[in-house]
Amino acid sequence: MDKVKGIADKTFNKTSFLVPLVAIILGLLCGAIAMLAGGFDPILAYQSLLKKLFGSPYDMGEAIRAITPLLFTGTAVAFAFRTGLFNIGVEGQFMMGMTGATVIGITLDLPWYLHAPLAIIVGALCGGLWAALTGYLKAVRGVNEVISSIMLNWVALYLSNYIIRAFFVAKGQQKSDPIQESALVSIGWLSDAMDHARMHWGTVIALLGIGVFYIILWRTKQGYELRAVGQSPDAALYAGINVNRTIVKSMFISGLFAGLAGVFETLGVFGYQTMLAAPWGYGFDGIAVALLGGNTPIGVLLGAILFGGLSYGSAGMSFGAGVPPELVRIVIGSIIFFIASHGIVKFFIKPFLGRRADKRKEAI
Amino acid sequence: MKKRLGFMLSIVLMFALVLSACGGGSKTNNGASGTNASASPEASAAPEESAAAGAKLKIGMVTDVGGVNDKSFNQSAWEGLQKVTKDTGSETKYLESKGDADMEPNLRAFVSEKYDMTWGVGFLFQDAMGKVAKDNPDSKFGIIDSAVDAPNVVSVNFAANEGSFLVGVVAGLTTKSNKIGFVGGMEIPSVTVFEAGFNAGVKAVNPDAKISRNYTGEFGKPDLGKAAAAVMYNDGVDVIFQVAGGTGNGVFNEATARKKAGQDVWVIGVDKDQSIEFGNEVTLTSMLKGVEAAIYQVSTDLINGKWEGGKSVVLGLKDGAVGLPENNPNISEDIMKKVEEYKQQIISGSLVVPTEVK
Repeated sequence: MDKVKGIADKTFNKTSFLVPLVAIILGLLCGAIAMLAGGFDPILAYQSLLKKLFGSPYDMGEAIRAITPLLFTGTAVAFAFRTGLFNIGVEGQFMMGMTGATVIGITLDLPWYLHAPLAIIVGALCGGLWAALTGYLKAVRGVNEVISSIMLNWVALYLSNYIIRAFFVAKGQQKSDPIQESALVSIGWLSDAMDHARMHWGTVIALLGIGVFYIILWRTKQGYELRAVGQSPDAALYAGINVNRTIVKSMFISGLFAGLAGVFETLGVFGYQTMLAAPWGYGFDGIAVALLGGNTPIGVLLGAILFGGLSYGSAGMSFGAGVPPELVRIVIGSIIFFIASHGIVKFFIKPFLGRRADKRKEAI
Repeated sequence: MKKRLGFMLSIVLMFALVLSACGGGSKTNNGASGTNASASPEASAAPEESAAAGAKLKIGMVTDVGGVNDKSFNQSAWEGLQKVTKDTGSETKYLESKGDADMEPNLRAFVSEKYDMTWGVGFLFQDAMGKVAKDNPDSKFGIIDSAVDAPNVVSVNFAANEGSFLVGVVAGLTTKSNKIGFVGGMEIPSVTVFEAGFNAGVKAVNPDAKISRNYTGEFGKPDLGKAAAAVMYNDGVDVIFQVAGGTGNGVFNEATARKKAGQDVWVIGVDKDQSIEFGNEVTLTSMLKGVEAAIYQVSTDLINGKWEGGKSVVLGLKDGAVGLPENNPNISEDIMKKVEEYKQQIISGSLVVPTEVK
């Protein structure tokens, strides 16, 4: 019991709440200034943003749909960070996951209880192995994972496009044939209940994934090794941990999460795969989510909700208040800027915290 | 500590000053409506207006990934709606789609706000429009460049191959190097139909010309267009026909740079008269696509009580929906005569322009 309380105290102390809160307020203020400068009404705009998020069952469902891939990619980046690896290749692993799921989803003909799980597993493995390649290069040849994984993003993008174009393209289209019904993981009754929002099981699995992220890293021996390598590879080596194997393992698990994000975009949201000219950006947003959340499970959850919610709700600002999309991006950007820059926010709230501390001292 | 607090307060004060100054200084209209709205959060000026005027409608439009300022396709659609607002006082609004995933929610946003009609601009809307139209049989929709078979959707397509044939004739007669380029966005039917007509036009007047093609795969990436144009111009191409939305702006950009460096290169614009945007120095001519006129027509018809749901129309040369702009200062009399000749042949039906690239 004490232990739980200790963890809770550590996670939820006063500054850990106050800093993000003040950051959001500062960001909103900054955005408001930008909107006023452009001649738009910030209060109406923020109301529209909230309305877009919570106004109707459909919008709530679609906001969850937008948040789901960020949960996965955020977890993927955070997991690798904990092992001291900067997995900037989540985007590519996402593409590989998508492609793996699409290939299985189109080509095989199986009953649903086999087809969907198989597509999910194959997609996740594709993402995982793609990431393990980076880990292997780092472990064996010492190749910096930032360079190799970001380059592999492009390889993954064009490889996926090639596979779709060569084997699965629908006639006269820029996308694949539809994936068979039996492989789809959308939740029909929930979609109907939420006014046709595109709900799918991926959201549940993403939440479970965050739990797995916590359990692996903080509740298993392997997780201890992973974190030990993250803290100091040399010390870990001295303690008898196989550092190279740990690096590959960490990248593989990180890639599994990234792959799952892609899997559920094809199997849950679209039901087909588009040929893309550039990556979608969920992977890079995942980096921001992980950093916002301080690479902790709860942090990733909250970060993804904030990030996904803002990007989905931003359409409401242009809709409800007539704010042009360019300005909306400035507003969203300023909110994220303040959240990411702890230092600035701490500078702003320090006087208040300091005064309180002074008073406490006086009282003693 | 006190000093720091004071500094912080002064920053906040400064923010407040800037804030109030901006609010007052910018357009007074918006400032006034702003204060209204903040006083009573639920009030929105729009519904009251339309209620007062009676027959005014609300018409929405969703762009594809090119965005509303793509200087071609989406922009001309939006200009069509703006004209509707100007002439009838109806309320119009647009939403941009950042990717495939946004298209469906954007369409539904207009439906849930009880818009009288919603346009989906572009081929990429086919799936999303089909779904949304099926789920909302009481709402009205329009789609450009695609056909959705539903009783509440009007589909508008253009015989872009016919107009492209004519600019192909211009290109074939203008080129000096006998090398001509085609830069496309995505390789989808609504773009390849341009290429098919263009190729046929070039071959009709200049069978020896060599046409190189490049599909960049994107409508919103000027950098890709610029790179594609650079490769072609380096290869000796002197006329490029771009059908790539925002990506095509990069083609113009490259051509302008080369023109300044003394190279003799041309671009043929698309959708709108792009010489207005990019200047007569580089714009040989443009292949107009009457998106603006079509959207204006269907929307005003609806406002006047005429609605033909489920109809699918193909607008071509004989409807004046595709073709060259009125003024073509860069095209000689002789070439214009040739263009007019072919135009009459196509309208009369004696010349059939292919729709698919061979």
